[in-house]
Amino acid sequence: MNPGSVPAKFKVRIDADQCMLCERCVENCPYGTYRREGEHISVDSRRCVACHRCVAMCPRDSITIEEKPVDYRSHPLWTRESREAIYNQARTGRIVLAGMGNASDLPIIFDRLLLDACQVTNPSIDPLREPMELRTYIGKKPRKLDLRKKRNGDIELKTRLHPNLRLNTPIMIGHMSYGAISLNAQLSMARAVASEGTFMGTGEGGLHPALREFQDNMIVQVASGRFGVDIDYLERGAAIEIKIGQGAKPGIGGHLPGEKIDPDISQTRMIPERSDAISPAPHHDIYSIEDLKQLVHSLKEATEWKKPVFVKIAAVHNVAAIASGIARSSADAVVIDGFRGGTGAAPRVFRDHVGIPIEAAIAAVDQKLRSQGIRNEVSIIASGGIRDAAEVTKAIALGADAIYIGTAALIAMGCRVCGTCYRGLCPWGIATQNSSLTRRLNPDVEWQHVANLIRGWTLEISELMGAAGINSIESLRGNRDRLRGYLLDEAMMNILDVQPVGA
Amino acid sequence: MENELVINAEGMHYTPLNKAIRSAVAKGTEKIRIEHVLGQRFIADGLKGRVKITVHGTPGGDLGMFMSGPSIEVFGNCDHAPGNTMDGGEIIIHGSAGDATAHSMRGGLVMVRDDIGYRGGIHMKEYGDHRPVLIIGGNACAFLGEYMAGGLVLVLGSGEKRVLPNRGIGSGIHGGLIIIRGDVPDQTLGVGAKKSRATEEEKRLIDPYIRRYAAVYGRDPKPLLDDEYTIITPSSGRPFANKYTWE
Ligand code: SF4
Ligand code: SF4
Repeated sequence: MNPGSVPAKFKVRIDADQCMLCERCVENCPYGTYRREGEHISVDSRRCVACHRCVAMCPRDSITIEEKPVDYRSHPLWTRESREAIYNQARTGRIVLAGMGNASDLPIIFDRLLLDACQVTNPSIDPLREPMELRTYIGKKPRKLDLRKKRNGDIELKTRLHPNLRLNTPIMIGHMSYGAISLNAQLSMARAVASEGTFMGTGEGGLHPALREFQDNMIVQVASGRFGVDIDYLERGAAIEIKIGQGAKPGIGGHLPGEKIDPDISQTRMIPERSDAISPAPHHDIYSIEDLKQLVHSLKEATEWKKPVFVKIAAVHNVAAIASGIARSSADAVVIDGFRGGTGAAPRVFRDHVGIPIEAAIAAVDQKLRSQGIRNEVSIIASGGIRDAAEVTKAIALGADAIYIGTAALIAMGCRVCGTCYRGLCPWGIATQNSSLTRRLNPDVEWQHVANLIRGWTLEISELMGAAGINSIESLRGNRDRLRGYLLDEAMMNILDVQPVGA
Repeated sequence: MENELVINAEGMHYTPLNKAIRSAVAKGTEKIRIEHVLGQRFIADGLKGRVKITVHGTPGGDLGMFMSGPSIEVFGNCDHAPGNTMDGGEIIIHGSAGDATAHSMRGGLVMVRDDIGYRGGIHMKEYGDHRPVLIIGGNACAFLGEYMAGGLVLVLGSGEKRVLPNRGIGSGIHGGLIIIRGDVPDQTLGVGAKKSRATEEEKRLIDPYIRRYAAVYGRDPKPLLDDEYTIITPSSGRPFANKYTWE
């Protein structure tokens, strides 16, 4: 078989009457879809990935891109995807890697959860004229407060408080490493979180010196490869996150191919240029929950107990029991990454078949920790394909303290979810290190877009809370009474601990 | 001795112990002697500077984790992972050490007089002149130098009985060197590792380490210097290159 025997994914057409032959499409497409030939633009549709860079740049709106222009004989079982994976593996005998998050057509639980609003019996709150409290603290909360009245009448707090992160909004940006994405993309997001009073993760790629000015808003990551991890890095972060698992590929490690390790990335990760950066599946110093506790303690001890330590896991079948173990490891927050979480590259079988939805995981973890009386010991941070303010609100009502966004932040900077991050030619300057492409992403402009997104969602969350008569995020957290399940089965509603619509 | 601090660690928790070490280092103390150590973990965790520390007793896990600069001499055995993710400095152990010794170490020297447990030197890596070295005087257990991305692991096997790691040496190794005295049977090598007999030039590479070992522990370097060595390296810098195809 030659590659031509599989139908092209996209068909690109140029309206010759509209086209002014400016050649912007030619310059902008890193995949070589367009060529100027005499008095027209010739198109090689097979190269197109539908990143829409050309569409965005064409001054005449003359480009049309159509998906799947050639149909296979339809069959409910033998879908196009299943057939094409077989052609691919028949040719190569290898594991199929795919980009971005889970692409299988499974129901989205968030879509079947509906939020509440006040009518008559209790008044809704207008966030315009009433203060809305969205401030969120991530970290351990004391079980009780020990207060003492001093002679002069002042109240003294005797309880020793654990370090917490103070967020102005429950929205943070999750870990996407320098290497997986460009420095300009990281810089834009870092400036955005600093301006909005929230945090972002560095990913397992170290902290580039250019990001140090935002380090008070950055969470550093310690993953199984320990790339870029030294005491200086740990001391710079506002918090430290141990990455155990990732929603897009639970149970396996990852690797950044050597060709992406350019001199700058090699320096930040502290590995030689062009060598593969391999993160093994487990941390080889963590083979048990006791070992995890040891790593949490060693990170705290190294940073003199000044920083919260998070543990990130993928949402898997036993997530509640695992989270309860984490809560007892003296970690300050557990990050749960659902099966829709994005990634630059994951084996297709993992991306589409391993892990569970974040909605069920949040509810199960919150419920388990509450039933064990240790919910105050850890904050819950949820992530994995969160698309809008309604989903943030629903996640908090299910029991999360805060959420991480990933793909949504990239989309704010231009990403079209074309899923070809792995080619290192991201036309929007995000998932690439090619300077002619990273130059397309101007941090002085894009940070504002990311900040706008966070601000817009935050406003929407306040409106949703106000409509429900809630003026503090504390009263929304774990408040399942504000949710109703629509077309969810009874077993699912039991897990989520929500009533059906109408009840 | 001038400027030496003596800490009696008997019954002491590791946090106050480390606090005492840190504050002494901050005040410019150059030598610290810690006595009656019994299981305290994380000693000198994340410690910076040039201080020389002697540990008398048996420290707990993660001795010198993330450490950057100091040197530690342990008169006793170590629990698991001394030198874990260590950045620079030295750990010299007069005894044996547990599993995951020098795990993810990225710089400096860990030297063990006797044996170490499983997964020694796993995921060690190097960058520029940051090149970690793990010297094991006795024997190592299985999975030595797995996923190694840089640095040097040297096994002298100089104990009474020479017992080699029985399997998984250097699985997934994609950088750095493992050098073991004597021959290493093929079936003990992990996937992605290959072996060859060390050339004279390669032996010159380990010469200073053997001499250092012999000097520190009062051994005769000659038999170690004269013997043959097997050198284990990556069979390719890209052990996973042929495993994947794109959607
Ligand atoms: S960008 Fe639009 S107008 Fe310009 S050459 Fe391409 S198709 Fe024509
Ligand atoms: S980051 Fe770039 S390559 Fe990746 S999906 Fe988005 S637009 Fe495509």
